[in-house]
Amino acid sequence: MPVLCSSCAEKRAVLKRPKTGHSLCKECFFWAFEEEVHQTIVAAKLFKPGETVGIAASGGKDSTVLAHVMKLLNERYNYGLELMLLSVDEGITGYRDDSLETVKRNQQQYELPLKIVSYEELYGWTMDAIVKQVGLKNNCTFCGVFRRQALDRGAIMLKVDKICTGHNADDVAETVLMNVLRGDIARLRRCTAISTSSEGEGVVPRCKPLKYAYEKEIVLYAYFKKLDYFSTECIYSPNAYRGYARTFLKDLESVRSSSIMDIIHSGENLSVREGIKMPVQGTCSRCGYISSQALCKSCVLLEGLNRGLPKLGIGKHHRLHDKILSQQPLTEKEERKLKSVEF
Amino acid sequence: MCQVEEDYRDELESVDVPSISKKCVKCKEASAAVVIRAGDAYCRVCFKEYFIHKFRAMLGKNRLIFPGEKVLLAVSGGPSSCSMLNQVKEGLSQNAHKKLRFRPGIIYIDEGGAVGQSVEERRRTVAELQGVFRATGFLFYVVPLEQVLNLPSSVVASAPAPPEHLSSAYKAAVDRFIQSDGSSCLTPQDKGQTSLPEVHESQTQVLQQLIASAKTLTAKQDLLNTLRQHLLVHTARTEGYSKLMLGDNCTRLAVKLLTSISLGRGAQLAQDTGFSDSRYGDIISVRPMRDYSAKEIAYYNHLFNVPSVFIPSLDTKTADKASVQRLTESFVIKLQADFPSTVSTIYRTGEKLQTARLSSSTADHCDRCLLCMCALDTAVEEASALQATLISEQLSQTTSPGATRTTTPRPNRAPVEPESSAPTGQCCSSGGQEHCGRAESGGGCCSSAKGPEMTNLRSLLCYSCQLTIKDMSSVEHLPQYILSEARRRQRRSQMREEISEFLLDGVDEGV
Ligand SMILES: [Zn+2]
Ligand SMILES: [Zn+2]
Ligand SMILES: [Zn+2]
Ligand SMILES: [Zn+2]
Ligand SMILES: [Zn+2]
Repeated sequence: MPVLCSSCAEKRAVLKRPKTGHSLCKECFFWAFEEEVHQTIVAAKLFKPGETVGIAASGGKDSTVLAHVMKLLNERYNYGLELMLLSVDEGITGYRDDSLETVKRNQQQYELPLKIVSYEELYGWTMDAIVKQVGLKNNCTFCGVFRRQALDRGAIMLKVDKICTGHNADDVAETVLMNVLRGDIARLRRCTAISTSSEGEGVVPRCKPLKYAYEKEIVLYAYFKKLDYFSTECIYSPNAYRGYARTFLKDLESVRSSSIMDIIHSGENLSVREGIKMPVQGTCSRCGYISSQALCKSCVLLEGLNRGLPKLGIGKHHRLHDKILSQQPLTEKEERKLKSVEF
Repeated sequence: MCQVEEDYRDELESVDVPSISKKCVKCKEASAAVVIRAGDAYCRVCFKEYFIHKFRAMLGKNRLIFPGEKVLLAVSGGPSSCSMLNQVKEGLSQNAHKKLRFRPGIIYIDEGGAVGQSVEERRRTVAELQGVFRATGFLFYVVPLEQVLNLPSSVVASAPAPPEHLSSAYKAAVDRFIQSDGSSCLTPQDKGQTSLPEVHESQTQVLQQLIASAKTLTAKQDLLNTLRQHLLVHTARTEGYSKLMLGDNCTRLAVKLLTSISLGRGAQLAQDTGFSDSRYGDIISVRPMRDYSAKEIAYYNHLFNVPSVFIPSLDTKTADKASVQRLTESFVIKLQADFPSTVSTIYRTGEKLQTARLSSSTADHCDRCLLCMCALDTAVEEASALQATLISEQLSQTTSPGATRTTTPRPNRAPVEPESSAPTGQCCSSGGQEHCGRAESGGGCCSSAKGPEMTNLRSLLCYSCQLTIKDMSSVEHLPQYILSEARRRQRRSQMREEISEFLLDGVDEGV
């Protein structure tokens, strides 16, 4: 006997919601999914009418669904937003070419302007070139740091007021776990925030409209909507911590499906003891980007790449920042330490 | 897409095997007997000194236990709490300067009935523990968990506020203690309790029904923890103890911290894992073993013949994924094997957290969870995980057929109560067949059989305890003291609603 949709009680259910366990028909699921994103946007007051919003588009499932839903809700509820797609080309042969094709198709489908910023034009280095120098082990440090800034720079070029990213509930829960495992209390406190206000010069406020959407529901949504996306696992292996946190989260979800939301609830309700030192956010003295050090991470990484000392940005070498800033030569011992890289 | 969105400064510290020097790092003479952390090799004598010092330092630093105070040691029989017992014994027999000055008692909660041990097995375990306890000369209580069924509501009702413990008060207490010579209060006047209180088979059955009504092991374990906690606090109170000493070690607390996060207990983390926990008001729990790793304790117990007893628990011999608690434990232990800094890093994270709302008015218990007694974290805030979950549940169910499309639910409406609003009968579908009562009440289904209690219980619980109750087929097996306190709280809030228009702002008589 076919199961009836628990929402309309008329049509036949085609899926069981991973988030609530309810059986829903296609239309009711679409409605629920979209409505939940809308409620999130309204409740968290993510946008103001008249704003220009850049959707960080990677061609992956999260950003493809995000672009689709943002476009749809903007029209359904008259948000009055100017939407555009913002993409970063890291310069990874094969991987990026394909996903950028997807983004370009999305652009045509949704009739949204698209801006692609490349690592090459921003930093003078493609990821492929970086990998050649730093090896596979540390490249994710580079692509993470560079992408964050690249989006900001692209957003500024496009005169965008806000960037929204495709981070979903799984990502947020995973980050909570990861920050606990790393003992990173500052990030633990920040990571459940749905939006960041402008943190300084050159940083565009960001938000996560899919913060409460389960990854599995995003896939279901894309599947039934027949949305075109590129399956994007970074071809370079993810960071060790995130890998552990991710596996753990998947296991937790299989034991209790509400775990993802439960962890976010935990994260939202944590409070940090008074008197715990938090890193002071300043700005990079070279490029003006936010940084808790004299030089921002990306400038340090770049300096390392340009000087042929790739390890510079990977370990803790804060005390060398002053030297780099004042263009002083490094000692032989320092050079040796920063050169060796394990592949 | 690469998932690294933020820069992370340092990578995981992976296992590196240090070159173990054969000499003790402390005295540099005797040969090393144990290596506790990378590079720290101790000889027998220095290790003992280090271990004992750490215990006293932890108590000294926190200054929570007053001289002459009655302290109840919760001993489960495991290595950690048995080691704690041993430390207290050591501390009391030290010379005057280093001597611990409180009056200890021991409590063992026999959970055999809940985990399915036979009467004979339980008797044997208890006998073994009694031997250990008698050797200390301390007063001890062996309490079967079945006694939780007879607790008074006062356990979960308002508790007297903890006395204001200022450092000056502490000093005064020390002085008073020294003047009075202190010796009199240290000798246990009463003899230890020798016979195990009789447990009726029917009581064990009731307890087992209660545990069985939780459909997941996660909920069973959570429920058992809550019941044990209530029984510990109640016994401390009736026997005149003001502190409860728990044996949680650093490894255990790291697991507990991650478990709490996974179970939605973020707001209660500091109480769940901190040095002291004052959620019960007059009875304060302390965790003096929190700085020791499980490994250190194992070494110490082994080297100095500290006895411990194996006690089976609900998750003994279960698979890794049997429950959230079990999964988290095996995750942490495995990660610790690869990255030796795992436990200490998680533990340090906990050190930096605090309880969200330091509820100063302990008389006002309306905002405390009926089960875990922590401040409620369920105020539905705009754009929160809780609100998002409620919206998801609401949007996935029929409200009135056809109406879904036209009315957009307002984000700031009252929180929905799925059990009461679901005509599809959440409780039936969630497996409460045996209590469904369909035959008798005819079509009334569970919503009526379960009564208003199940529905309204949720509003009295914190986020995480709601999850536990949600995993239960019925709440009717909950002990009477919980149910009657629930009814009392409900009546109070109903009363307050009725007279709300006459109440002036800022006046709260408590519930
Ligand atoms: Zn439907
Ligand atoms: Zn990468
Ligand atoms: Zn910079
Ligand atoms: Zn020594
Ligand atoms: Zn609770």
